[in-house]
Amino acid sequence: MSDTALDSVNLDEPARGARPGGSLKRILARLFEDRLALIGFALVAITAVAAIAAPLIAPQNPYDLAGLDIMDGGLAPGSQSMAGKTYWLGTDEQGRDMLSAIVYGLRVSLYVAGSATLIALAVGMAMGISAAYFGRFADTAIMRIADLQLGFPPILIALILLAVLGRGIDKVILALVLTQWAYYARVVRGSALVENQKDYVAAARCLALSDIRIMARHLLPNCLPPLIVVATVQIAHAISLEATLSFLGVGVPITEPSLGLLIANGYDYLLSGRYWVAVFPGVALLLIIVGVNLVGDRLRDILNPRLQK
Amino acid sequence: MTALLQVENLATHYFTGDGVAKAVDGVSFSLNKGEILGLVGESGSGKTCTGFSILRLIDAPGRIVSGRVMFDGQDLASLDTAALRAIRGKRIAMIFQDPMMTLNPVLRIDTQMVEAVRAHSKVSCKAALDRCRQVLAMVGIPAPEERLASYPHHFSGGMRQRVAIAIALLHEPDLIIADEPTTALDVTIQAQILAEVQKLCADTGTAMIWISHDLAVVSALADRIAVMYAGRIVEQGRAAEVIEAPLHPYTRGLMDSVPSRNTRGTPLRQIPGMAPSTLDLPKGCSFRPRCPRGDGACLSQPPEVEHYPGASARCFHPHMREATAEMPA
Amino acid sequence: MLVYMIRRFGQSLFAIAAMALLVFVGVYAIGNPVDILISPEATELDREAQIIRLGLDKPLWEQFLLYVVNVARGDLGNSFVYGTPALTLILQRLPATLELALVALAISVFLGVPLGVIAGLRPDTAAGRSIMAGSILGFSLPNFWQGMMLILIFAVILGWLPAGGRGTTADVLGLQLSIFTRDGLAHLILPAINLALFKLSLVIRLARAATREVALQDYVKFARAKGLSERRIVLVHILKTIMIPITTVLGLELASMIAFGIVTETVFSWPGMGKLLIDSIELLDRPVIVAYLMLTVFMIVMINLVVDVLYAVLDPRINLKDVTT
Repeated sequence: MSDTALDSVNLDEPARGARPGGSLKRILARLFEDRLALIGFALVAITAVAAIAAPLIAPQNPYDLAGLDIMDGGLAPGSQSMAGKTYWLGTDEQGRDMLSAIVYGLRVSLYVAGSATLIALAVGMAMGISAAYFGRFADTAIMRIADLQLGFPPILIALILLAVLGRGIDKVILALVLTQWAYYARVVRGSALVENQKDYVAAARCLALSDIRIMARHLLPNCLPPLIVVATVQIAHAISLEATLSFLGVGVPITEPSLGLLIANGYDYLLSGRYWVAVFPGVALLLIIVGVNLVGDRLRDILNPRLQK
Repeated sequence: MTALLQVENLATHYFTGDGVAKAVDGVSFSLNKGEILGLVGESGSGKTCTGFSILRLIDAPGRIVSGRVMFDGQDLASLDTAALRAIRGKRIAMIFQDPMMTLNPVLRIDTQMVEAVRAHSKVSCKAALDRCRQVLAMVGIPAPEERLASYPHHFSGGMRQRVAIAIALLHEPDLIIADEPTTALDVTIQAQILAEVQKLCADTGTAMIWISHDLAVVSALADRIAVMYAGRIVEQGRAAEVIEAPLHPYTRGLMDSVPSRNTRGTPLRQIPGMAPSTLDLPKGCSFRPRCPRGDGACLSQPPEVEHYPGASARCFHPHMREATAEMPA
Repeated sequence: MLVYMIRRFGQSLFAIAAMALLVFVGVYAIGNPVDILISPEATELDREAQIIRLGLDKPLWEQFLLYVVNVARGDLGNSFVYGTPALTLILQRLPATLELALVALAISVFLGVPLGVIAGLRPDTAAGRSIMAGSILGFSLPNFWQGMMLILIFAVILGWLPAGGRGTTADVLGLQLSIFTRDGLAHLILPAINLALFKLSLVIRLARAATREVALQDYVKFARAKGLSERRIVLVHILKTIMIPITTVLGLELASMIAFGIVTETVFSWPGMGKLLIDSIELLDRPVIVAYLMLTVFMIVMINLVVDVLYAVLDPRINLKDVTT
C-alpha cells in the first residue's frame, strides 16, 4: 500500500474547515473597524488593568481597618480628608475611599466571573464534544440534563444553591459554573455534530487515532467561533449575576466585597441622599458589562456565517 | 399606435461592500398593448432585476440610477409613491418565480386575495370575495370556497402559482410582468399553465413581459423576444426571427446549444467560459471574451443597431441573414 | 392535537415528579432533615414530637411515601418564623408577584415590539441606531442597580413616586390587587418598569432581528407589488409573522420574570414571593425555601407546557396531527 498520499497529510495538524471570519488577525481587524466595539474593548481593557493593578493604583487599601478614619465617613465626592487627600468619589460610613473600594471590588467581580466562565467553558466543551462524538446514550443523557437545567432561570438555580451552601467565593464560582455550563455544552455539541460528519474526522478514526486526540485536536478548533461569541456574552451575564447574588446577600462574603456587595451596602444610604456609595460602583459595573457586550455583539456579527455576504 | 410601455436606458445598480454591481445597465425596449414580450437570459443577466425595476421594487442596496419607464404617459421611475402604489397591482401586476415564497405562509388565501382587491377599490368584503372566486375560476381552480379558506402550504406548487396568477388578474391590469412563473413547476404543469396564460392574454388583451431563461418556453408564447446578457439587451426582435435567424453571436450560441433530436449522437455544443460578474464587467462588449467573433473593435461598447425592421442587435459583427430563403414566414 | 397535548402533559408530569424526587433526595437523604424541617428554636420535647410526626425516625422508603402524600396534600412543612404552613404563606404572596410580573410583561411587549419593528425597518437612521444603543444599556445594567437608580431619580430627587412597598390594594374577586387603586398604581409603576426594562431590551432586539429578516422576504415584496399600503404591510404581514417567535420567547421569559422578580421585589420592598424567599434565606426559614423551590418548579414546568401548546396553535404550518415531539 502506497503511503505517499498519506505522508503528505499531517494528521497531527487539525483540519481547518472554512472558518467563518477568517484568521485571527482578520477577525481582530474587522473587530476594530466598528467604533462601538473599539470603545467596548477599551472599556474592558481599562477596567481589567485597573483591577489587576489595584494594590498599586488605589490611594487607600479599603480592607485595612487601621488605615480608615471614621471622621472621614460619609463625605461627598470631591471632598478633602483631614489629612488633605481628595476623595474623588466620596467615602462610605466607615471612611472608606470609594475609588479604592471600587477598584478592589472590580478585582473580586472580575476574578469570580472570569474563573467561573473559564471553568464552565471547559466543562461545557468537554460535555458537548463528548456528547456529539460518542453519540446515542451519552448524547441523550448529557443533553437531557442540560435542557432540564436550561429550562430554569439561572438566578433561581444559583440562589437556591447558595441558600443551601452558604456564602463564599468558591461557592459562588461553583454556582455560576453550574448555571453556565449547559449553554456552552449545547453550542459546542451543535458545532461538533456538524464537524463530526465531515470527512477528516472519519479519516482520523480510520487511522485509529485515540478518541481524545480526535476530539481535542480536530473537532475542538473548528467549534471555537460560536463558542467565543457565547463566552463573551456569558462573561457579562456572569458579572451581572454575581453582582445580583451579592446584592441579595448570598454571594461573596463581606470580607471580600465585589461591586454588587458595595452597592448593597450603599442601598441604605440612597434614601438619605448619599447616592455616591451606591451609584459609583454601579457605574463601574455598567461600564465593564457594556464593554463586554459591545465586543460580543460585534464578534457575533463577524463570526456569523449567515451574515457573510 | 403609441407603446403601452416604453423603457428608455434603464439602469439599476447595487452598491455593495464589494463594489457596484451593474445589474441593469442601459436597457431599452417597448411593449404594445396586448403584446407578449419574452425577456430571456441566463441567471445574473439582469432580467429579473429589469422586471422589478419597472415597478420600482428594488431593495437596498440597489437603486435605479438612470433611465425612464414610460407607462401611459407617466415616468414610473420618478413617480411619487402614492401614484406608484395606485399603479402596482392595478394597472401593472406581477407574478413572482416561487409561489411558496410569495404567499405569506401565516395568512389565509382569502385574506391575501381580498387585501389585494381592497387595496385599489373600496368594496365590501363580500364583493371582494365574489371577485376572488371569479378569478380563481378563470385560472381553473375548482371548488374555490375550500381553497380560499386554506393556507398556502396546503396547496401544490402548480395550484399556488395559479393563485398568484389569479391575484394578478384581479384588477384586469394592462400589463402583467411574469418572472419565471413556471420555472419551479413540473414540466407537465408548466405546459398547462403556459397554455392557460396564453389564452387569458388573448381573451383579455393584457400585455405581458414573460421573463425566463428557457428559450423553448418563450418561443411558444411570445410575440417578441429580447435577449439579455450581463445587464444589457443584446438582441431583440420578432420571436420567430430571433429563434430561427439570431443576429447576436450569444443568441446564436444559445440556440446551438439546445439539444434536440437532430443533434442526437453528436457532442453537445456550449458557449465556452462563463458569464461575467456584474461587479467586474469586461471593457466594451461584455460577451467579447466568449465570442467566436470578438476582436479589437469589440473593446468599445457596441450600440444597439436595428439591422432589419423590428430586429436589432448590440454587436459589431452580427450574423447577418444571407438570402431571403432564410426569412421565416 | 389531543395526542400532542397528552404527550406534552405527560412530559411535564414527569419533569415535576423528577424535581420532587430530587428535592426529597436533597432534603431527606443527603441533607439533614432534622435541621431543615424542624425549627432550631424548638424545645427537646417539641423536637421529639416533630420527629415522630414527620416520620423522620422511620426507614427512608417510608419517609418517601409520607413525603409524596404530603406533597399531594399541599403540606410542605411549617415556617419556622411564622409557624403557619409554608405553602399557604407563599400562596398568599403569589398574587402580588403575578401582578408585578404580568404588568411588566405587558409593558415590555407593548413598548418593545413597536420599538423593535421601527429599528428593524429603519436600521440606519438615527431612530434605529439610538433604539439599539438604548437596548444595549437596558440589557447590560444589572437589574438591581437599575431599580436603585429609578428610586434615586423618581423617589428621592424628584419625589414623584413612592420608594417602595405596595400601597393600598383593592379586593378583586377575592384577590388583593393594587392595579385598581390610584395609590397602588403609583407603587406599581417603578417596580414594573424595573422588571420590564431587562426584558424590554430583549424584546426590542428580537423584534428588530425578526423584522429585518421578514422585511427581505419575497412575500413582503409581493405584497408591495400588489399595491398594498406600507401600513398594512407592516401591521398585518410583518407583525403577524414576527409575533410567533416573539410569543414563544415571551412565554419562556415569564418564568424569567418571576425569577428576576425576586430582585425587584427586594429592591422595592414589594411583598411578593421573591421577597419572602430572600427574607427566608436570611432567617434560615428552610421549609419556606423548599416550598418556594417546589412551587416555582411547578409553575415553570406549567408555563413551558402552555407555551409549547400555544406555539403549535399559533403557527398554522404546524400540522398538530403529525407533531411527534
